[in-house]
Amino acid sequence: MIDGLMIGAVYGLAAMGLSLIWGVMDVINLTHGAVIALGMFAMYIFFSAFAINAYVLLLPVLAAGLVLGVLVYWMAVHWVIGRSQLSSLLSTFAVNMMIIGIGTAIWSTSPYNVNFSLPGLTLGAYTFTGNHIAASIAAVVIALALEMFLYHTRPGKAIRAVADNREAAELMGISSTMVLTLAFAIGIALAAASGALVSTLFPFTILSGAGYQMKSFVVTVLAGLGKPFGALVAGVLLGLLEGVVTPFIAVSWIPMIEFGLFVVVLVAFPKGIFARATA
Amino acid sequence: MILRRPVFWLTLVFAALMIWLPVTGNRVALREDLVLVAIAIILASNLNLMIGYTGYVNFGHIVFYGLGGYVGLYLVTVRHWNLIWAAVVAGVTVSFFALALGLGILRLRGAYFALATIGVLLAVQSFVENFDPWGRSTGMYIDFDAYQRLGGARHALWLTYFLVIGVMALSMLLSLAIKTSKFGLGLFAIREDEDAAVVLGVNTTMFKAVIYSVSAFLPAVAGALMFYKNGMIDPSSAFEFMLSLEGIVMLMLGGKGTVVGAALGGGLYEKLRSSLLTTPKLSNFQLVIAGGLLLLVVLFAPDGFVGWLYRLVPRTRKVLE
Repeated sequence: MIDGLMIGAVYGLAAMGLSLIWGVMDVINLTHGAVIALGMFAMYIFFSAFAINAYVLLLPVLAAGLVLGVLVYWMAVHWVIGRSQLSSLLSTFAVNMMIIGIGTAIWSTSPYNVNFSLPGLTLGAYTFTGNHIAASIAAVVIALALEMFLYHTRPGKAIRAVADNREAAELMGISSTMVLTLAFAIGIALAAASGALVSTLFPFTILSGAGYQMKSFVVTVLAGLGKPFGALVAGVLLGLLEGVVTPFIAVSWIPMIEFGLFVVVLVAFPKGIFARATA
Repeated sequence: MILRRPVFWLTLVFAALMIWLPVTGNRVALREDLVLVAIAIILASNLNLMIGYTGYVNFGHIVFYGLGGYVGLYLVTVRHWNLIWAAVVAGVTVSFFALALGLGILRLRGAYFALATIGVLLAVQSFVENFDPWGRSTGMYIDFDAYQRLGGARHALWLTYFLVIGVMALSMLLSLAIKTSKFGLGLFAIREDEDAAVVLGVNTTMFKAVIYSVSAFLPAVAGALMFYKNGMIDPSSAFEFMLSLEGIVMLMLGGKGTVVGAALGGGLYEKLRSSLLTTPKLSNFQLVIAGGLLLLVVLFAPDGFVGWLYRLVPRTRKVLE
């Protein structure tokens, strides 16, 4: 169950990226899953090249994510901002197909893993693996850093301003194009980082991203679209749910429950279950 | 009248051609090629009813195809039904399922709906993977005497081919009929401005749920026929997310909102894909090329091939719709 909590923090981190992009530019980023998968492979490459503590390598993964985010933004997203949602769904999806296609050509679909583990921690009858602890701590630290950035720095405030009201922000002298690029890049970097964290926990293939993308959708919808911090909490909840339910039913039923829950929440609370609390 | 529309006759000629080509000389390889083209056209045409006419993106359209296949195969193998009845009943069952589902999730708009459709696809797939009567994740197989009842496998395969072509023609005619009807006008109103449509007295929830259910019927029938032809079904081939998404690519390529565009996009994309897959150097890059194509179409030609043709030769607008 505690394990569920810790994995949940990673889910939350993945969903934060999706949620941020949604909130700021009203775009559902369907490259999300592919980027998570790229994050896993970035970690794999960096780790096999340097063989140092995998959690230090999060920093280059984040940086690479930022660069990739800027690229994808100018390739596919910038031109469809303000057009119908169908356009942005399809254009990000097109990029997703290209990333997956290239990834499959390079790495095929066979599983990889990052062979790194930290010493575990034993508390009474329970043992926690070091990687789970480290990954969840890293997720929370990144989430806090994002919060600091959004609320206490000028670019962060600009992002929130553009999310609130793009025209008004433009009138205040904020270049919305710059801000949108930045927000998109951060969103992508968060996805890549969460992928990198997952890669230290489980083996992965180039297609693994899709599953985490779906979990991110579930989490984002639970939290309410465009609420990055709700996403962290909802991620932990989802992880907890998985942890609590597993002993009672077969693991193969879990996706059914998750996506059923997803559809029900979407229909019943389109603004997220925390809507009332934050409104 | 629908009989005055050139597309009506075009569809019939096209279907006749699809039947005539492989039958002359008994070309089985060509038939196997064309059946995939027909399936692509069926999926793209019916997806067009949602995306092109109503403006709602359905990422999980393949769920109807897969469920139709499952229901059809279940009826044929376990209940020993006749194939045609099984296919029709599969279509009706899946349509009702879609109607009930649609009344719920179609209260969502735009991107929220698109997300929900992905959720539906994965939930259904995961349900089927755990459902005992349908063989869980190993799926179901057809025993040979199901083919014997239709006069042997050879005969049965030709019969399913003709039926699939029939469903393809029906899909195109259905698109045409809806486009020229008052119901279709209501759908277009929803696509252009849903709030205005409500104010003007369009019962949007009902319209959307009905079109969602209608767009489920023929793919489900096609699914029952196809998986009967393949002789087996399992969750990963029945609910292939990629195929669902390729349907969207086909539609955008040909031109969303048009009958001819959906058919053309479906046919061309399927041809393109099979030639990419059989070219050794390019087979790995099939997705990359499809993705790049989609991106180019979305950014530079949002109305697809038919939209481009309309602008080039405005007269075609009258003939091809």
